[in-house]
Amino acid sequence: MQVAWIIPLFPFVSFILLLLLGKRLKEKSGMVASLLVSLSVLASFFVFYERGSGDTFVREVSWFSIGEVDISVGYQITALNALMLVIVSVISLFVHLYSTAYMKGNERFSIYFAYLGLFTFAMTSLVMTTNILQLYVFWELVGLGSFLLIGFYFEREKAKAAAKKAFIMTRIGDVGLFVAIVLIYLHVGSFSFHELFQRVENGTLSSSVVTTIALLIFVGAIGKSGQFPLHTWLPDAMEGPTPVSALIHAATMVAAGVYLVAYVYPLFLASETALTVVASVGAFTAIFAATIATAQNDIKRILAYSTISQLGFMMLALGTAGYVAAIFHLTTHAFFKALLFLAAGSVIHIVHTQNIFQMGGVKDVRWTSATFVIGALSLSGIPLFSGFFSKEEIFLSVWESGHYTLFWIAMITAMLTSFYMFRLVFLVFPGEKKDREIRYVESPAMMKWTLGIVAAASILVGFIGHFLSDWLESDFTSAFTHAEGPWWMPVVSTVFSVAGILIAYQLYRPSKAPKESSTNRLLERGYYLDEAYNRTIVAFVKGIAKITSVIDRYVIGGLVATIAQSVVWLGKRGAYAQTGKTQHYGAVAFFGLTILLVIYVWMGGYW
Amino acid sequence: MTSSPLALYLMLALVLFCIGMYGALMKRNTVIVLISIELMLNAANLNFIAFSKYGPNPSLFGQVFSLFSITIAAAEAAVGLAILMAIYRQRKSVHIDDYDSLKH
Repeated sequence: MQVAWIIPLFPFVSFILLLLLGKRLKEKSGMVASLLVSLSVLASFFVFYERGSGDTFVREVSWFSIGEVDISVGYQITALNALMLVIVSVISLFVHLYSTAYMKGNERFSIYFAYLGLFTFAMTSLVMTTNILQLYVFWELVGLGSFLLIGFYFEREKAKAAAKKAFIMTRIGDVGLFVAIVLIYLHVGSFSFHELFQRVENGTLSSSVVTTIALLIFVGAIGKSGQFPLHTWLPDAMEGPTPVSALIHAATMVAAGVYLVAYVYPLFLASETALTVVASVGAFTAIFAATIATAQNDIKRILAYSTISQLGFMMLALGTAGYVAAIFHLTTHAFFKALLFLAAGSVIHIVHTQNIFQMGGVKDVRWTSATFVIGALSLSGIPLFSGFFSKEEIFLSVWESGHYTLFWIAMITAMLTSFYMFRLVFLVFPGEKKDREIRYVESPAMMKWTLGIVAAASILVGFIGHFLSDWLESDFTSAFTHAEGPWWMPVVSTVFSVAGILIAYQLYRPSKAPKESSTNRLLERGYYLDEAYNRTIVAFVKGIAKITSVIDRYVIGGLVATIAQSVVWLGKRGAYAQTGKTQHYGAVAFFGLTILLVIYVWMGGYW
Repeated sequence: MTSSPLALYLMLALVLFCIGMYGALMKRNTVIVLISIELMLNAANLNFIAFSKYGPNPSLFGQVFSLFSITIAAAEAAVGLAILMAIYRQRKSVHIDDYDSLKH
């Protein structure tokens, strides 16, 4: 574990290398980047194995000190982040490999991989931090990577706008996180997590402080993980290339919010209010996003809202003291959501459109269809697929916590989840091709291979449940109570999931499906939240911007111009002394001489 | 009015100098200006001579120096007139206000 610091180093090297040599490497940049990330994967597995047989490893170095304040940087390997390192690096590797085929022929091929490297570097560093200041640095860096990748097709106005929206919106959340950092420093005297947890355990922090800090950290998580109300950037982020959506907006970056809450979990455990807030926001977001997803026509937007919804599930789990459940779901979600996005990319590659009402008959493309359906079954929580197991854990934890309303909300959301997923499946795969002209050709080999492996991984990862709880518990001194739930729980959840599929079958199977989307306007526009934000907050900020711009141009600019003009004016006035007439010059000279003589006499002869 | 001979000579020199300065600064004809400059130089010479005879340390220095001064005045007058001739050929005028091409 001493060498864990090289895990982020490989993608960073990839980033620098591709920035410098990208023009020359061109098509080979994909291989270079993938190679470096695979080294990262190996290192992550090695570290994971070592952590399994050892204790948490911490290493810190003093960065700089101001007076008595000492700021250090370092990394630690806990059970949680060893797992995250594996997830992040593995999914990053598959996205790299997939992208070598998907982004082929793009002019800025090497820049794309450079950005992927930057992102992977930032994400892996983020999960290994020891203090919250360092985490903030990498938090922002991850946001930057996201911005660069969403706006990759920068010739498109929508991509540029989406990138800005993502960055600005997550920034709003980051303000909350920053205030939390300041508060932590004020009350604990250090940025280190270890010290923070000690203070919480000793009880030397007042409960209101703990709650405030926890809530502010959660605000940061809301921004990054796309919870209500800071969720509108996620669907727009689909303007980026699809592998980017798979990596960032499904598996890793958006999980960073969940990860953060889990990382500082002792803080949350000490505050009932914070836990309740997290659970409520999570549950609300879950059902809210699920309803919107039922009315979307763009395949990627459906998946985006699905991500928001599933992250809500994770937050719900965390809020009801279901730490293991949340992390389990994070893991399974990372794999099956990445699978879904990659498969969706394959579908888009085949049918050349993103509108599900213009697809149909894709089932003939067997490999893509199979992998996509595996992902859909996982997401819907059908037994034996990974999503079923992790959702079970979540339902269990919510039930045990006694929040029965949230429990039923979660159940209904599960039904909606399988409904919108299978609406998508039934519209896209069976049936007839809408456009007779297009031939459906299976995607390139590399894409097929990565899809296959990720699909296999997403099935296998469902069975790690028990192992996971043991693994994660090694982080904490007190064990988590893992009660076995009521016998009827798996049955009820399966019933809900299957019900969703059946309803989708009724409404959207090929013979009865509507030709065009006839969905509810309100749902499709996301309850008009975007428009509301535009009219209020955006307009307000633009107004302030206009005012300050006017001040800048006229007041400050005016001041500067006035000074300049006065100098010029002075010069022009002075130029009148140049008459060109000798006698005037002579008169001035004698006049000056007279003054000098007077001074000479007045001063008694010398000056 | 004081009766010390030094003071009288100095006053004469002063008067001559002022007349010269008036002419140098106020006259319109360039030749008159040059003449006035000569007048100023002569006034200064008078001062030197007065101090050499009636000053606190009477010596021959003042008179010798005034010889130098006359010589130089002569040379300078020659040069000044030469310049005046050259300008006159150009502009056909000795009116000093016409020589203002260095005006802003």
